Formats: sequence, structure tokens, C-alpha cells
Amino acid sequence: MSETVLHSPLEAAHLALGAKLIPFGGWAMPVQYSSILTEHAAVREKAGVFDISHMGQVFVTGADHVASLDTLLTNNLSQLPPGQGQYTIMLNESGGVIDDLIAYRISETETLLVINASMIAEDVAWMDKHLAPGCNLRNESDAWAGLAIQGPDAAAIFAKLFPAESLPPRNGISKTASGKIVCRTGYTGEDGYEFFCPAAEGSAWFTKFIEAGATPCGLGARDTLRLEMCFSLNGNDLSPARSPIEAGLGFFCDLTKPHFIGRETLVSQKANGPEVKLTAIELTEKGPPPRPHYPVLSADGETLGELSSGVLSPTLGIGIAMAYLPAAFTKPATPLLIDIRGRQFKAVSVKKPFLKIPK
Amino acid sequence: MSATQIPADLLFQSSHEWARVEGDTATVGISDHAQSELTDVVYVELPQLGKTVDSGDPTAVVESVKAASDIYAPVSGEVIEVNPAVEADPSLVNTDPYGAGWIFKLKVSKPDQLSGLLTPQAYGELIG
Repeated sequence: MSETVLHSPLEAAHLALGAKLIPFGGWAMPVQYSSILTEHAAVREKAGVFDISHMGQVFVTGADHVASLDTLLTNNLSQLPPGQGQYTIMLNESGGVIDDLIAYRISETETLLVINASMIAEDVAWMDKHLAPGCNLRNESDAWAGLAIQGPDAAAIFAKLFPAESLPPRNGISKTASGKIVCRTGYTGEDGYEFFCPAAEGSAWFTKFIEAGATPCGLGARDTLRLEMCFSLNGNDLSPARSPIEAGLGFFCDLTKPHFIGRETLVSQKANGPEVKLTAIELTEKGPPPRPHYPVLSADGETLGELSSGVLSPTLGIGIAMAYLPAAFTKPATPLLIDIRGRQFKAVSVKKPFLKIPK
Repeated sequence: MSATQIPADLLFQSSHEWARVEGDTATVGISDHAQSELTDVVYVELPQLGKTVDSGDPTAVVESVKAASDIYAPVSGEVIEVNPAVEADPSLVNTDPYGAGWIFKLKVSKPDQLSGLLTPQAYGELIG
């Protein structure tokens, strides 16, 4: 990771709101403003606004760019109509995860990729190397500020600020009359959208969304919200050593495509069953919050692996976590133990996600 | 930022624990500044009754949503009481850090160590 810390164009606005900043993916970003629990509840019950300016925006253009991206991404972009986005994964040659991202088809000739902050340089280098001649790639990550407005009131807030515009459909992408990009996606499980505007306008829009009723929310709440939904975090739950089949993301891998980088590994794992699977685990007794790297044991005390993510779920009031476990221990209701500072707490594997949100 | 509370009758450690000394008993908790920095305490791990600790030993654990923080014994002694209320309702550490949010009591075995702790003024300067 680079020694230089990058700063969001919204940093002054965060500090004015009393945010605590932490390093994340090479950036200094707000972890919380007032309270992670309050911010979490705001998103589940009303609406929150997150600064996602650290995430990368890469535009790929060209008449045949979709076919070329389909050789670098697991999902099927060619089948996606313009105006829609899809969750997809970029793999290395051995089927391990480089990055997970959302690809939005802006038009027949242009696709926007929104990628993880810590992976911008690596993703761009990989695409430069593997995209077909004739494809043009523009890394505009520095030019855009990003805000994620999430929660049951998110759509009403949009209507208040943009009375003449309408939100795109679920997973869709649209542009406002003044050129802002609006994507009906998020990382919380709630309705909402991701809003991209020129970096210099970011602070003003952040303030407008807050004044329209959104609670400013930091990375702390972003982590508890996404883990309640079992959404993977690259670097925690995804890595170059794990495939999307092992991560339980097979739904986002179209193995009927004749070729994409990493495909052979996925085909073989799907046919034989993966040896390990990313498993959702709940603590079944009162205990400390589970955290990444805590050991996971079988009920007999055999070490099986370690947690890749873990938090005390603010909504459910119990410890929730994920870990790569041998296939024999991944069936829901398998009893497990989590070792926390030398003490073992009872846990159980469960079906994903932890939280079911009625649509 | 609201002004942090620093009661005049307590002693402090630079690691943000406070001690209220009454006779040979020291009641220990974390400062208002520390709870404000941690925010949202969601779990308190209490020490075993009867455990003997040296000054500076990790003796309890206070966990917020994001991090687990060791609570260090400000002086050497024996754990003679723990606060079950903060185990049942960890948010007491946030709402009443110097009162209902106390964590454990030590029977002080080396009273001379008390002079090594920070006065309220010195602690105020440290966090100021």
C-alpha cells in the first residue's frame, strides 16, 4: 500500500461535523460522526449518507468494449441492457479475486466500473494489459466525488432535491440534467442510490443530502450494515487466494460464457464442490463482539479457520461473522466455537444473509 | 466538541483509566474522554474476583463496535469486586463513566504507587 494518504474532497465537511477519520484503503475516511449504532439505525429506519469518494470510477468505451470486458469479468455484461448495472468480479489467472465491482452500462458504447479504493491502480493496470485493442479506458477516480444515500427514506430525499428527475430502477444507472450520475445500488441492503458529481461539488451535495434528511454515516456503520447482509468486503472476505465459488458468489459468475480469466478454476470447483466455503456464523451465547482473525473451531475443538469479518450486529443484537470453513462445516445449523482471547464461545453456521429485509 | 468531565477527587493513568481511592480500595473505570473516543461501548469483559494484578496489567476489556481496548490496572492489588451492571448494560460506561459505569475494585497492595498516577490537572493537560 502507498505511503501517501489520500484525502476525500469532502474531508473539511467531515471534520466540521465532528467525524473521526481512519485510514482505509490508502485514504483518510470518516469511521463515524456521532455513534456507529445511531448511524446504523438511521440507515435501517430512515436514511443515511456515506462519502464514497474513495471508490474508483473507470469508464470503458469502444464499439466492442462489452465483449472485451466479458473476458475480464465473471458476470455476463453482454446480456445486460444499457441503463442497467450488475455486480461482477475480476479474477486472476488462477481464479482468485482481484476485485469485486459494479459494472453499469451507460450506453451501447460506454460502461462505468465502480471499483474498490485500495484496488484502483491494480485494477486499471490489469485492464490496460488485458482489454482488447480498440477499447479505451479512462480512470476518472480523482475527478468524481461519490455519495451513497441509503435507507427507506432515500427515494423521498431524492424527490425533494430533484423534483424534475426520477430515480433509475433497481440496479440501474441514469444521469441528471446537470450530468450527475445516479446508480440505484448500495452496500447496505436498503433501497438507495450512489450519486457521483464533480469532486469540487461533493461537499455542497453532501450538505444538501443532510439538510434533506439523511444522517451522515461513516465506515463503521457501513461495515455493520454490509455484514448483516453478508456482502463481501475485498481484503477481508475476498482475496487473490480465494475464488468467488469459495466465497459463495457463484450466482455472479456466468460459466456458460466460453472464456473469461480464471474460468477454468471456477468450472472445476463448481463440478467438484469447493473445499472451503465462506460461511455465515452467529454467536449463540452472549460474548464479546466477534472480529476478523479470531479462530473458528469445530464443536470438538478442532481449528477450522479464522473469521474474515465479524461485528456485533446492531440490528440483531448478536455477534455475526463470516469465515472460510471446510465444506463439511458449512451446512446451516452446524455447531461451531469462536475463540476470543483464549475463551471459547458457542456459535452456529447459518443461512445467508443474517438480516432479511422485506422488499 | 463538548468539554470533557474530569472530577477533582480522582487519579488518572495516561491510558485513560481513573481510580477513586477510599482507604485501601481503588475503584477503577475509564475517563469521560476515553468513553467519548471509544463511543458505543457494547461489551465489557470483567476480571475474575480474587485475581491479583500488577500495576499496568491488562485487567478488563472494554469493546466498542469497532475495537477492543484493554483496561490496565492503575496500581497493584487484588480484584475484590466487579460491576455486574456494566456487563448487563455496557452503555453505562458511556452514560456515567465515573459513577454507575465503574468496572472493578482493587484492594491496593502497594499504596506508594498511587503517587505515580496523574492528578486531574495533569490528566486534563494530557488530553487537552
